[in-house]
Amino acid sequence: MGHEWRGRAGMIGLIVAEGSLFAVFVVAYLFYIGKSLNGPYPKDVLQIPVVGTICLLASSATVALGARALVRANVRRSGLWLLVTAVLGAIFLAGTAREWYHLIYRDGVTIGTNLFGTTFYPLVGLHASHVIIGLVMLGLCCAFAATGVLRAAHAERVEMVSWYWHFVDGVWVVVLTVVYLIGR
Amino acid sequence: MNVHSPTLVTAEATTSHTWLEHAHEWVVTVDHKRLGIMYVVFGLVFFVIVGLEASLMRLQLAWPGLHIVPPETFNRLFTMHGTSMVFLVGIPIVFGFGNYLVPLMIGARDLAFPRLNAFGFWIFLFAGLLLHFSFLGGEGLYGSGSAPAVGWFAYAPLTSRAFTPGNATDYWNLSVFLAGVGTIGTAINIVATTLTMRGPGMTLGRMPIFVWTMLTVSAMTLFILPPLSAAQIMLLLDRFLGAHFFDTQAGGSAVMWQHFFWFFGHPEVYVLMVPGFGFVSEIVPVFSRKVIFGYATLVAATVAIGGVSLGTWAHHMFAVGMGSTLNTFFTLSTMLIAVPTGMKIFNWLATMYGGRIRFRTPMLFCCAFLFQFLCAGLTGIMLSVAPFDWQLTDSYFVVAHFYFVLIGGLFFATFGAIYYWFPKVTGRMLSERLGRWHCWLFVIGFNLTFLTMHVQGMLGMPRRIYTYPADRGWEVWNLVTTLGVPLQIAAILIFVVNVVVSLRRGEPAGDDPWDAWTLEWATTSPPPSYNFEAIPVVASRRPLWDLKHPDDPDGPHE
Amino acid sequence: MAPTPSIFAPVSTPAFAIRELSFLVLGITGVIFVIVAGFAVYTLVRFRSRGRAGDARREPPQIYGSTQIEIAWTVVPLLVVVVLFLVTARYIYGLERREVPAGALEVTVVGNQWWWEIRYPGLGIVTANELHVPVSDPSRPTPTFLTLQSADVVHSFWVPQLAGKMDVIPNKTNRMWIDPRTPGTYVGQCAEYCGTQHAWMLLLVVVHPRDEFDRWVAAQHAPAREDPAVRAGYQLFLSLSCINCHTVRGTPANGVFGPDLTHLMSRRTIAAGAASNTPETLRAWVDEPASIKPGALMPPMKLSSDELNQLTAYLLTLR
Repeated sequence: MGHEWRGRAGMIGLIVAEGSLFAVFVVAYLFYIGKSLNGPYPKDVLQIPVVGTICLLASSATVALGARALVRANVRRSGLWLLVTAVLGAIFLAGTAREWYHLIYRDGVTIGTNLFGTTFYPLVGLHASHVIIGLVMLGLCCAFAATGVLRAAHAERVEMVSWYWHFVDGVWVVVLTVVYLIGR
Repeated sequence: MNVHSPTLVTAEATTSHTWLEHAHEWVVTVDHKRLGIMYVVFGLVFFVIVGLEASLMRLQLAWPGLHIVPPETFNRLFTMHGTSMVFLVGIPIVFGFGNYLVPLMIGARDLAFPRLNAFGFWIFLFAGLLLHFSFLGGEGLYGSGSAPAVGWFAYAPLTSRAFTPGNATDYWNLSVFLAGVGTIGTAINIVATTLTMRGPGMTLGRMPIFVWTMLTVSAMTLFILPPLSAAQIMLLLDRFLGAHFFDTQAGGSAVMWQHFFWFFGHPEVYVLMVPGFGFVSEIVPVFSRKVIFGYATLVAATVAIGGVSLGTWAHHMFAVGMGSTLNTFFTLSTMLIAVPTGMKIFNWLATMYGGRIRFRTPMLFCCAFLFQFLCAGLTGIMLSVAPFDWQLTDSYFVVAHFYFVLIGGLFFATFGAIYYWFPKVTGRMLSERLGRWHCWLFVIGFNLTFLTMHVQGMLGMPRRIYTYPADRGWEVWNLVTTLGVPLQIAAILIFVVNVVVSLRRGEPAGDDPWDAWTLEWATTSPPPSYNFEAIPVVASRRPLWDLKHPDDPDGPHE
Repeated sequence: MAPTPSIFAPVSTPAFAIRELSFLVLGITGVIFVIVAGFAVYTLVRFRSRGRAGDARREPPQIYGSTQIEIAWTVVPLLVVVVLFLVTARYIYGLERREVPAGALEVTVVGNQWWWEIRYPGLGIVTANELHVPVSDPSRPTPTFLTLQSADVVHSFWVPQLAGKMDVIPNKTNRMWIDPRTPGTYVGQCAEYCGTQHAWMLLLVVVHPRDEFDRWVAAQHAPAREDPAVRAGYQLFLSLSCINCHTVRGTPANGVFGPDLTHLMSRRTIAAGAASNTPETLRAWVDEPASIKPGALMPPMKLSSDELNQLTAYLLTLR
């Protein structure tokens, strides 16, 4: 097996484990749909985060472009695409932050309010925390690109970062479906 | 070929001998062999602590109405005992052996991610210390709460703030969570290593059975450990941020904790046991002087166990009231998994049949393992019958069953493995004479305690009780059960003496003291830090057999 | 004295059924054990190395496997599993999907830390820790159906001679049934770890002949006795926090956190079996529950010796 498969096997292993982690929060969310003893209820307070979703899904394309650019030794272009990815991710996070601010202060939904709050915040929050970790990694890559440390030889490692990022996006598709489509 | 990190300190290059420098080497090591040794050593240290906890409990239960320990202390003891046994003894020992042996057996120089490996070990050690720190916490010290007393599976809502004030449960939650993180890291490591770093000629179909067992349980770990971590995060949120995941007063479900926990918990016991099968699969052929019978079906059975075990979890919940459909489904899945598990016994017996069996200590332990694991499997079939389980679950029958699996099975196999690979790791043989004493004392003590225990269960004695009424007819059985404890303690003491003495004065082992056939015996004892001078090229499952029998190599027969 | 609660000494249909099924399972596993262990012993004896000179060189014939044998030892166990599974499935459905016949007694059992509340909704009776049921004639069964609930954590209702155990879970209602065919007293206890005093959450099931059961019902149904001789103790009882937790029907006391005391003295034990029900233990319990059952949720009443005597004297009249 080629050398790069060591890292790929590792990242696939991580993705399987993380997927398993998210799956349980998704199961809890699904199980508790409709079981809150009191409101506010999802249909009253949730709106589909369209902008954030578009940004996050688009960022999968940009991170792929960034990884591919590095394979071709185009460090500057790679760094730029990775920066765009990070910015798109940050916009997504800002949307989540805004949504939570309204939920808490305007609608009065906290983690302790009812079963909806109990399952919503951990699931969306777990995803958001994974976005943050991704942003940190992307940020490091951008910094390395800017300071000239990043080289074509690192293309495989950046590819692994992109796999992680794709995974985070994949999880968002599931969360979007379960929370904002099915659960509402 | 991967290049080992230049920070590795080779055994030959070590000229430093001050205690501090020696300790420093071990603390900063990323060498899979040293980490493997540390995992096993600390696993055995926790085993001793756990044994003391068990001895106290058995003393308390020897006769009804004793006051050896107060009730809450007893409850802490069985919680700590169970939690430690699984997370601080079983898992570290299993993954410790995996750590040490897998690269050697597949012709690699280390695991795929050596630093992740080291991280996994230290986080396990920290988790173990954190859990045991809880004993010191006590009610008074900063009010931090004493050792947890919620049972090793910590059912909700007993674990909620309302029913368990103080931080005792949080010690359980956090330390097990951390241990889990470390295990996931090690599992990723082992999967990546076995899939991508095998030496030349080492196809998947030529890996030793032990490596297959480690690959299987590592893959299982990736699927099952995160659900436990998720449930623990939920418990943390319930306890600290007012969430209601398991808060029945707010409409939450206590049963959901059980589903999440056992989805992890059942495959976990296979993660513990299957590498034990791997040990036996390496030892029995060598001491029977015959190739393992049915390699392909053994591997298939191992993978099947890994897969099917993911669908058996609710047999721990037959008494919960899940309804007939689910009870029936889980009865079926549990019975089905008995087939690949039982088959392995046939493979081992067929290996021994027609052989020339040498009863050295590793083989003695494997023989005891065979009979005890057979019992364990059969009581498992009894428990899979849901209506029978309605009587037996949560009683001492179940306790007897899983001790037969984990001690009678896994631990006997582990002792066999220690006697078998100690020469490779240290370059010295363990004493055969002391080994025999160890084995026989342990067999007698173990069976006195745990064979008897089935009876208490069938006479209606539930588990996790700190004492029992005098008029139930349980006293004599409990007394006999307790009488097995001193014998087991004696056996372990003899083992410790054996290890300590043999480290200094054991017979030098040489590369291949048992006349074995797998790659770890093709290098020195102990191996150099880089494992092999030159990575061997293999053409069969038993490279050393091919070398020793050039006229009749394995390849054409496989 | 109750007999040892062995699962092999059933007196009620579910327990009989389970024993029947267990004979099949034990039979199958017994046969497997004899065959496999026997073969193992034979192999270990027959093929042990005799240590003859030259043995170390000559290896025995290497047998790599046998497709036929391996198929056989996969298929045969699978067949055994299929048979065992089908039989088991019938028992599962048969025991769990029992319909409630007319005339069945309905009892609600509520698990608490660490005692059992026993209610007979149709008869207006509330008691604790002792379940009294009428005997059931197999030719015309009069079973008792239990509705199981929990007031706090997970418990488990287990009286081995009557039926398999069934968990008692908050926010979930479980159902089980028994039809004891022999009068007598049968013991059990909580079988799911529920906290400090899980060990002393005992169960006593008293199976009466029909007429005796009817008499028990009538006696339990009556409100609490009034005895002017213990007036002082009665007043003390009403003035203390006892009434916040306990009910004594016919008096202002109607607390629900603790056991119903209306007919306390009709029970054989106190503290869910932790002590027998005698004047001495009763006095000690009221004085300091932790002396009998450390961790019990009833607080010490901090009474003087005289007050204790008066209170105990009152409680002793609640027959």
